[in-house]
Amino acid sequence: MKLSFSGRLWVLLVALAALALLAAACGEPPPDQSAEGGGQSAGETTGEGATEETTSEETTSEETTSEETTAQEALTPGEGSLVVYSGRSEELVGPVFEQFEERSGVDVQVRYGETAELAATILEEGENSPADLFFAQDPGALGALDDEGRLTELPDEVLDAVPARFRADDGDWVGTSGRARVVAYNTEELSAGDLPDSIFDFTDPRWEGRIGWAPTNGSFQAFVTALRVLEGEDRARAWLEGVQANDPFVYPDNLTAVEGVASGEVDVAFVNHYYLFQVREEEGEDIPVRNYYLKDGDPGALVLAAGAGILDGAENPQAAEEFLEYVLSEEAQQYFADETHEYPLIEGVEIDEELPPLSEIQSPNVDLSNLDDLGGTLELLQETGVL
Amino acid sequence: MTAPPTGLTERVRGGRARRAPVLLWVPAAVVVAAMLLPLAYLAVRSLEGGWQEVAEVVLDGETLAVLGRSALLAATVTAASVAIAVPLAWLTARTDLPGRTAWAVLAALPLVVPSYVGGFVLVSTLGPRGMLQGFLEPLGVERLPEIYGFPGAALALTLFTYPYVFLTVRGALRGMDPAMEEAARSLGSGGWETFFRVTLPQLRPAIMAGALLVALYALSDFGAVSLLQYDSFSAEIYLQYRSAFDRTPAAILALMLVALTIAVLLVEGRTRGRGRYHGSTAARPAATVALGRWRWPALLFCGGVVVLALAAPVGVLVFWLVRGLAEGEPLRPLWTAAWSSVYASGLAAGVTVLAAFPVAILSVRYRGKASGLVERTTYLGYALPGIVLALSLVFFGANYAPWAYQTLGLLVFAYAIHFLPQAVGAVRSGLLQVRPSVEEAARGLGRGPLRVAATVTAPLASAGITAGAALVFLTTMKELPATLLLGPTGFETLATRIWSATSEAFFARAAAPALLLIALSAVPMYLVVIRERAK
Repeated sequence: MKLSFSGRLWVLLVALAALALLAAACGEPPPDQSAEGGGQSAGETTGEGATEETTSEETTSEETTSEETTAQEALTPGEGSLVVYSGRSEELVGPVFEQFEERSGVDVQVRYGETAELAATILEEGENSPADLFFAQDPGALGALDDEGRLTELPDEVLDAVPARFRADDGDWVGTSGRARVVAYNTEELSAGDLPDSIFDFTDPRWEGRIGWAPTNGSFQAFVTALRVLEGEDRARAWLEGVQANDPFVYPDNLTAVEGVASGEVDVAFVNHYYLFQVREEEGEDIPVRNYYLKDGDPGALVLAAGAGILDGAENPQAAEEFLEYVLSEEAQQYFADETHEYPLIEGVEIDEELPPLSEIQSPNVDLSNLDDLGGTLELLQETGVL
Repeated sequence: MTAPPTGLTERVRGGRARRAPVLLWVPAAVVVAAMLLPLAYLAVRSLEGGWQEVAEVVLDGETLAVLGRSALLAATVTAASVAIAVPLAWLTARTDLPGRTAWAVLAALPLVVPSYVGGFVLVSTLGPRGMLQGFLEPLGVERLPEIYGFPGAALALTLFTYPYVFLTVRGALRGMDPAMEEAARSLGSGGWETFFRVTLPQLRPAIMAGALLVALYALSDFGAVSLLQYDSFSAEIYLQYRSAFDRTPAAILALMLVALTIAVLLVEGRTRGRGRYHGSTAARPAATVALGRWRWPALLFCGGVVVLALAAPVGVLVFWLVRGLAEGEPLRPLWTAAWSSVYASGLAAGVTVLAAFPVAILSVRYRGKASGLVERTTYLGYALPGIVLALSLVFFGANYAPWAYQTLGLLVFAYAIHFLPQAVGAVRSGLLQVRPSVEEAARGLGRGPLRVAATVTAPLASAGITAGAALVFLTTMKELPATLLLGPTGFETLATRIWSATSEAFFARAAAPALLLIALSAVPMYLVVIRERAK
């Protein structure tokens, strides 16, 4: 009895190994056909994509004999397929890719991940990177790739679609949607009138134990960089030390910070404007949180952007450009405004009535591509004990 | 620990004189070479900025302080895990605890809860204004004490890793020949004395094997420590990648973590000793200890652990799911992601166990410096944070093996490097309970070495092999960084679905894949525990 069970177990193990070899020959399991969110009937496109994949797999496995060669869409050149590394999550931008596939007939292959990790991946891959386009959560990662000469210059019609402050100086990346830095506050504890005009007033001892922030967050770090650029190193350090002296609550990300405001754990949090809408989706419309926009060009009212750039080794730069044109089209920008509650960067798109228009935010006058000294910011955050 | 009649001959046979056949050395060498790949990458990256930068990072007081904090966390988590797991294992294996098989299954299951899910749940339940505070609010509790920082991180890691020790110790208790304990009892030792002087020493290798996995996991984990805001060394490494885009300091830090791992392995090696643990006769079950009145505290203890480590996270996930559904969140189809998870994890389990076999045989049957070194090498990949391992294979894959890059093959290879020690440890303890004389008899009767391994050794060590495969399977189910960076483009698993949902904070959306992941991982875990009962 015992031996026969064990015997079968051994057979199972051998069968698993055989399966491994078989898997190598046949490629990976079918890709997920998650047609969801705002995408309208992506069925056709997905179907076409699948057929193309099968054929490309067949050719690859005929060419090589190794057992490790499986589905190889990523490295199959051209033929209208676009490889995107996306630091923005599938929940948010998946529908944009689906719509683009439908509009253009281009097959889109997306690898999702954390923005910084994907940037590191592209740097490690070097010239062999299969990616055509990098879609990043923040300009910092794009700047890092740009510094290493890994991005190519974009055509003027793409660059000119957005205001100058939302694109790279050298034209190597373009902003795709905007996010405003705000002070989220608990409406049961505070009213807008209680809040100061400037972020510098939060160093006042009356805010002790009432502030939440997320120092590991990319947008927060971009804000600190802006603070250094606009106000100088000393003022930035003084602000960090001042808030630190008020014993702020440290959150792992913006979202939990807004939840902290909602639950009353803290009274205010320095976050991006759209997290409020996400927490509402989770916890209901009636949570006691509002966004407050700082005034008079205060660094705390900075407007950041998610963006994208085309890689130097892109095998399909044409499709990548087409995609950027689509992302900056009215349709896609309207999607961002409606679904992710971000700011559209082109003219003539309607935004949520609760949001002040981009032009009314009294944001500081700073060029996003000047916010590339993340290393210096990190050092400052560590020196002041914030990180 | 060897039985008297064969003791002498075995000591001679187990000595260094015996040389392992090429058939073992070659695959073992391949495994070692694979393990050294990430280290080679880290060395290359570290030296990019010259020795100057290496010295700067290594000698920075802050860096060393963080390294110390990580070591403290690992030590605490390991000690707490042993303290929870050994009594649990003994209660479920040796006593008349009511429903002991069910308790055994439940006590093993927290291992299937990913640390990023468990940590998240812990924060939202036990946080200063979390769910528990909500329940207690009518009683006037305004704020619970902080769980962030060291206590929270240690609690989360202990709750979701103690099963490593529980599984190995329980396996050893069930496989142990009761003759020694019976002898001790018949010579007048009491129950407690027998446990501490006879049983516990025999359990030492099992405790150490489990403890080693717990300690190294605690060093490498990022999910729980980041959610609970403990500034550990792995969090520091992630921070370098995430916000500085500079891979050199990250690589230097990772090498320091490797050095700490080697130190842990050296400590463990010193305590391992040279005992052999196969009994003199075929194992028979030990007598069951009657708990009597102690039944109630025992039940309370088991219940407390299971509630905290399993029922609470599952309950909170179900709550989120129900709340999401009530607010009109659609249930999305998960079958493709679930199938990808099971398929990739199954492949990883098969490949990893096959790779573990030569290493385990070498270290058990051909003991010596070299085979010990081979076995220790397999632990290096396990202690590396996932992102470091993933990026090293990105580097090698994209530049030296483009035909394999972003294929399932390379992903499974990454899983195998990452989780090999789990399989080696389990297969090794399986082999330790197989008497070499049985294999030699088979050889003497004319079977070839491969056939003996397949038809005699593997079946006899099958409990260890199954346990190893199950461990690799369920840790692969949870794996995230390598899956994201190395999987075929568009490859979706349950773990990536959870990540995708939580990264934008759709709790309701994360709850369904998280529950499915826990349910699917529970199946092999259940089979392992149940199968042990059949012995």
